[in-house]
Amino acid sequence: MAVFQSLGHYFLFVWTVFSKPQQWRRFWKQWLYEVNSLGINSLPIIAIISMFIGAALTIQTAYNIDSPFIPLYAVGLATRDSIILEFSPTIISLILAGKVGSSIASELGTMRVTEQIDALEIMGVNSSSFLVLPKIIAALFINPFLVIISMFIGITGGWIFGVLAGVVSTTEFVYGIQSFFQPFYITYALVKTVVFAFLITSISSYFGYYAQGGALEVGSSSTKAVVYSSIFVLILNYLLTQILLS
Amino acid sequence: MIDIQHIFKSFDGRLILDDISLVFEEGKTNLVIGSSGSGKTVLMKCLVSLYQVDQGKILYDGRDFTESSEEEKREIRKDFGMVFQGGALFDSQTVAENVAFPLEMFSVMQHSEIRDRVDFCLNRVNLSAAHDLYPSQISGGMKKRVAIARAIALNPKYLFCDEPNSGLDPKTSIVIDNLIQEITEEFNITTVINTHDMNSVLEIGQKIIYLNKGKKWWEGDKNSILETDNAEVNDFVYASELFKRIRRASHS
Repeated sequence: MAVFQSLGHYFLFVWTVFSKPQQWRRFWKQWLYEVNSLGINSLPIIAIISMFIGAALTIQTAYNIDSPFIPLYAVGLATRDSIILEFSPTIISLILAGKVGSSIASELGTMRVTEQIDALEIMGVNSSSFLVLPKIIAALFINPFLVIISMFIGITGGWIFGVLAGVVSTTEFVYGIQSFFQPFYITYALVKTVVFAFLITSISSYFGYYAQGGALEVGSSSTKAVVYSSIFVLILNYLLTQILLS
Repeated sequence: MIDIQHIFKSFDGRLILDDISLVFEEGKTNLVIGSSGSGKTVLMKCLVSLYQVDQGKILYDGRDFTESSEEEKREIRKDFGMVFQGGALFDSQTVAENVAFPLEMFSVMQHSEIRDRVDFCLNRVNLSAAHDLYPSQISGGMKKRVAIARAIALNPKYLFCDEPNSGLDPKTSIVIDNLIQEITEEFNITTVINTHDMNSVLEIGQKIIYLNKGKKWWEGDKNSILETDNAEVNDFVYASELFKRIRRASHS
């Protein structure tokens, strides 16, 4: 019963978030700030993880191909598809759920327990829309770019480290990533990314916005934000895969 | 003027406000006093609609706040200014940006007019030098003064102060008290202050409401509170050793 109550509460929260901003100039200023804070600031960690996961994927794939009937260019093909279909949209979203989700929940939670959100309400500001809408719109906008960059770096990492490790040649790898390419995979990855961006920002904002108590509760809301965002990302990952690829 | 009519508020079946009726007068500092747990903070949160009352009415110059829609409440709240216990300043903004915030949100002022108004408000609370500092760089007393400057930026009709002296030394407390009283009279604001600081009561208590166990127990002003024969009020007023000694000295 409590689960349905929480779900209902979450949907009501999302409903209040999606109302017309009271001051457009202020909204776009905040949106720009969030694009930088949630998106651009996440680039270094995304780049590092993508580079090394791409490398590991390539080397693992190469070592697992022991049949002489499978051509070596399959290493490039498998790396490309693994990165585009699953690694970049899903794993990067899970990493963002940890980095961005905890940051959003602790920021809003601290604002709640130090009465800054009450101060906004008393001024006549729709605080949920004012604070959360720019975050959601910023993530919906910037996350697809992050994921595309992650795909590019991941595949590049696979190529560089695969060649350095001597498990595949540049010619075979490049031939592999050009073979049997299905453009729909990119659409599928971006659809997933947008859905995950919404889940991460809205769920984390929900837990932060309704934090109560002190520092301990803010920490706990931050943990819940990461846990629930990750769980819902994984559930939606399965559902979207079922719907879009079957 | 704020007219409160028979309000009740309970949490999980526990009655916190029990049939409270009172009037907060315009141009006066109206103090709500009482020991911890007496219902002061809940009353103030009901006044600004952070909590919904279970029964009763709150009228702002005749406008029924309790029956208003969320949109109407938001409009009425634009006439509010509030000073929170901890200041509730926005950490990511400078002092000047904090004061400018309500002006940018709700006024049609140009940039230069906003800048002038911010300067005026910060001058009014003697904080012109703190213009570009962040809340983390200023003292507790300065935070309270910035909160007052932000609260008066939009010329509010109603000013709410939740324990404005908590955590401040006696001298700074007097500065804050006097500032609130001056602003109240200067701009003819209906000011409501929650406090259990007896110095404030005697400094600026133009109207005093004593709450006890969620009920309005006593009403008067800073002169009558020292002479009342209400036992609970006396217990509250003379709780500190300092006031006990003053009373003993005045009787001897």
